[in-house]
Amino acid sequence: MRYLPLTPADRASMLETIGAGSVDELFRDVPEAARQSGPIAGLPMHASEMAVERHLSKLAAKNLNAGSAPFFLGAGAYRHHVPASVDHLIQRGEFLTAYTPYQPEIAQGTLQVLFEFQTQVARLFGTDIANASMYDGSTACWEAILMAARITRKGKAVLSGGLHPHYGEVVRTMAKFTKDDIASLVPELTAEADDAAVIAAIDEATSSVVVQYPDIMGRIPDLAAIAEAAHAKKALLIVVVTEPVALGLLEAPGHLGADIVVGEGQSLGVGLQFGGPYLGLFGCSEKFVRQMPGRLCGETVDAEGKRGFVLTLSTREQHIRREKATSNICTNSGLCALAFSIHMSLLGGEGLARLAARNHDRMQAVVHRLTQIEGVTLLSDAYFNEATLVLPREAREVVRDLADRGVLGGVSLGRLFPEHGALHNGLLVAATETVSDEDIEEFATALAAVLEGERA
Amino acid sequence: MSGVNTAGWRPSMNSTEGVATGPVTASGDRALMLEEPLIFELDGEGKWGVDIDACERPMASALAKFARKAAPALPGLTEPEVVRHYTRLSRQNYGIDLGPFPLGSCTMKHNPRLNEKMARLPGFADVHPLQPQKTVEGALEVIEQLADWLITLTGMASVAMSPKAGAHGELCGLLCIRAALDARGETRDIVLVPESAHGTNPATAAFAGFKVQTIPATPEGRVDVAALKEKLGPDVAGVMITNPNTCGLFEPELKDIADAVHAAGGYVYCDGANFNAIVGRVRPGDLGVDAMHINLHKTFSTPHGGGGPGAGPVVLSEALAPFAPLPFVTRGADGSIHLVEEENRGEGHDRAFGRMVAFHGQMGMFTRALAYILSHGADGLRQVAEDAVLNANYVLRSLDDVLEAPFGASGPCMHEALFSDAGLPEGLSTLDIAKGLIDEGFHPMTVYFPLVVKGAMLIEPTETESKQGLDRFIASMRRLAERAKAGDESLHAAPFYAPRRRLDETRAARKPVLVWKGDQTEG
Repeated sequence: MRYLPLTPADRASMLETIGAGSVDELFRDVPEAARQSGPIAGLPMHASEMAVERHLSKLAAKNLNAGSAPFFLGAGAYRHHVPASVDHLIQRGEFLTAYTPYQPEIAQGTLQVLFEFQTQVARLFGTDIANASMYDGSTACWEAILMAARITRKGKAVLSGGLHPHYGEVVRTMAKFTKDDIASLVPELTAEADDAAVIAAIDEATSSVVVQYPDIMGRIPDLAAIAEAAHAKKALLIVVVTEPVALGLLEAPGHLGADIVVGEGQSLGVGLQFGGPYLGLFGCSEKFVRQMPGRLCGETVDAEGKRGFVLTLSTREQHIRREKATSNICTNSGLCALAFSIHMSLLGGEGLARLAARNHDRMQAVVHRLTQIEGVTLLSDAYFNEATLVLPREAREVVRDLADRGVLGGVSLGRLFPEHGALHNGLLVAATETVSDEDIEEFATALAAVLEGERA
Repeated sequence: MSGVNTAGWRPSMNSTEGVATGPVTASGDRALMLEEPLIFELDGEGKWGVDIDACERPMASALAKFARKAAPALPGLTEPEVVRHYTRLSRQNYGIDLGPFPLGSCTMKHNPRLNEKMARLPGFADVHPLQPQKTVEGALEVIEQLADWLITLTGMASVAMSPKAGAHGELCGLLCIRAALDARGETRDIVLVPESAHGTNPATAAFAGFKVQTIPATPEGRVDVAALKEKLGPDVAGVMITNPNTCGLFEPELKDIADAVHAAGGYVYCDGANFNAIVGRVRPGDLGVDAMHINLHKTFSTPHGGGGPGAGPVVLSEALAPFAPLPFVTRGADGSIHLVEEENRGEGHDRAFGRMVAFHGQMGMFTRALAYILSHGADGLRQVAEDAVLNANYVLRSLDDVLEAPFGASGPCMHEALFSDAGLPEGLSTLDIAKGLIDEGFHPMTVYFPLVVKGAMLIEPTETESKQGLDRFIASMRRLAERAKAGDESLHAAPFYAPRRRLDETRAARKPVLVWKGDQTEG
């Protein structure tokens, strides 16, 4: 076995040192009835690198990957070009095969990266501080709601109808068990985001208001107005950003009154990966630091006075506080945070702004072309790199028909909101810098044909 | 004589003692010992490392009122500068690739590079989670094949694949228990957790809305079964037990515990963090377990990446299987694969308790774990457990004459060997041994955990250490134990040779500096 360095001679001599006659003796605490003997039944024996590669390559080939088709999906996961150096650097063994930096003297690489990452996220979000990452945007969203409840000592969260429905499902699932009160607003196919409904839903019992920016249909809520309404009722504004590239162009939520900003960082450095691993981003005002979930890296000095970094404020965390911890999270998304941070370092603030502008530019081209098709209209003209197109019929079937024509043409609102029939003609279309003019033309041609009822 | 250097690969290792110290360098660096400023302190004005196509049209006017006033204040750097920054930083890190990483409970084993290659196949890495199902059949098949292996290896009925890490898996398991109790119309709100448990266990139970009651350990390092049974009753939803436990010992009475818990109407959650020790030899399903998370980043060697990502699929018993969260992948009788989401939950999975993550879980980890499992196979996985246990016992018996092994007398350990600082002179402790180990060129063991042992040192060598590597580690440990016993106070100042000396953690916590503010003028 190519991964197991012990030889039969090693094993024999080690057993002798131990004073055991066989390996079986070492398992003597396992009750007889529970012992399995011989190779595991029903499973194949070990395989060579070549054989494993052959098997998995066959499975991979069954998928239509985004890079080999005109591709327009978003809805919380975006396909951006990731510079080659990002993946190269995260595969440095010292990063890839390191553990959580609990021994800071030999983990300054990881720790400095986390400190830089926290700074980047905070500046992107316009918040005072940020943590060292969560699992993904959806779990970060729930953690933010819990944190707001701890801070305000109230237990009701108002969710905008523009929140990603999967995020909403995660929140409602968890709240069912923790008995937190969740007021979910009904999503509607309107040109404006549901700011007015959100503001109307805030009452004295409200601990937090959760608004996605841009929202799931690509619309942009007026955060400042919502923040003002929330704060008037002593509630916190939680802003969810599922596309961080948008913040190269849109004002940072923290500058508009958001108290906690969470998001999905997958867009930068991480890639699509069929949904995971992704990167939960979490930023907030400094005064809430002791209520934050997750790891935090902080600056300090060593015994010689040299600057160094350590994990800090761990009295919030499960390994110290156990059942009184702010969260149960342990393992986070460290390597994805590294990838995000490298990509961000290559871009810089100005580069991010240019990237965002180019994304918006591409999306404008898509909107311009697709709305020339009869019956296709744009829901809202304030969009970033994703917008809802309203089709003359249910979009779910259209998406499948487009796939038959080799076009990955967005996400139907019907798949995202199966229980809200009024949205089912909505097609959510995203365009990043990776979309070419040819892609757009192919998409338009295929969409026109599908809507006209032509068979592929 | 063969000419082989039997004294070791660096026979004059300690000869720097007495050698004159070198000059102070102008750069602050010392040859390959390189310092690196923060990325914000590098000259990042007017540069970038990504070329971006120019825009063809102006910003839509509707967007203007939302526009950001100033770009985020973050430097941009060219590729050579960025590559150098992160490469220099990487050299201040210890990873498995550099040497033994015997961090107990964390299972730091070699990460096969084939797995990295497989996860990067465009058919897996460049696929969107919401693509139409017929364009992602291969990805769903990876999930289904891995699920099938996990079910077979554990002898359980089903598996929920979406949890993102171990603690998230614990949460999934406890929520399944909650849902099952709800379905029975019962509200039980107590979860029993042994005091030796990982901190995540009580934290998760609280996070899921349960009250935690602690079960003591016996002097032999196992769950006090009598104390546990005494606590069982109509309010107890279940127990969370780690097996093998955090003292590195198998809990031989788990089946008996499970029977008692079931008889009292509760469920058994098993923390599978240590499944590495028994994979292929013991099936948790045979021990009465109802739910157990499997850390793919431990047992199945997906890389830890400096703290994540992990993956925590949860295997479930018949009783809990119907409640597994969405999305859920099943294989039909005709061999076809089905993805069950909110829109089609009626098709065979209508009792799902809800959703835990935005998408399908840690696909990138699934691919790596499947590659690992296929590589090892039914025979190799069993060998993994055997060699892990053999290596740990070898360490235990090679050090138990110089270090206190609190449970050494109760027989063999499983995959990790537990020591304590009980035998060290006043003033020298576990921390000093750990920091001394850094100077010896090793990553320290887990320290001060499990909490049931004062000054614990938990050593998990894993199966991917060679005997020669272990002997080197053992020699260093023996030397450190001897130095400590001789009252060598210089250990307090260790490490001497790491990129940093001991760091001031109190200062970091007292006035936290969590972001760089070097460019902001004092207000």
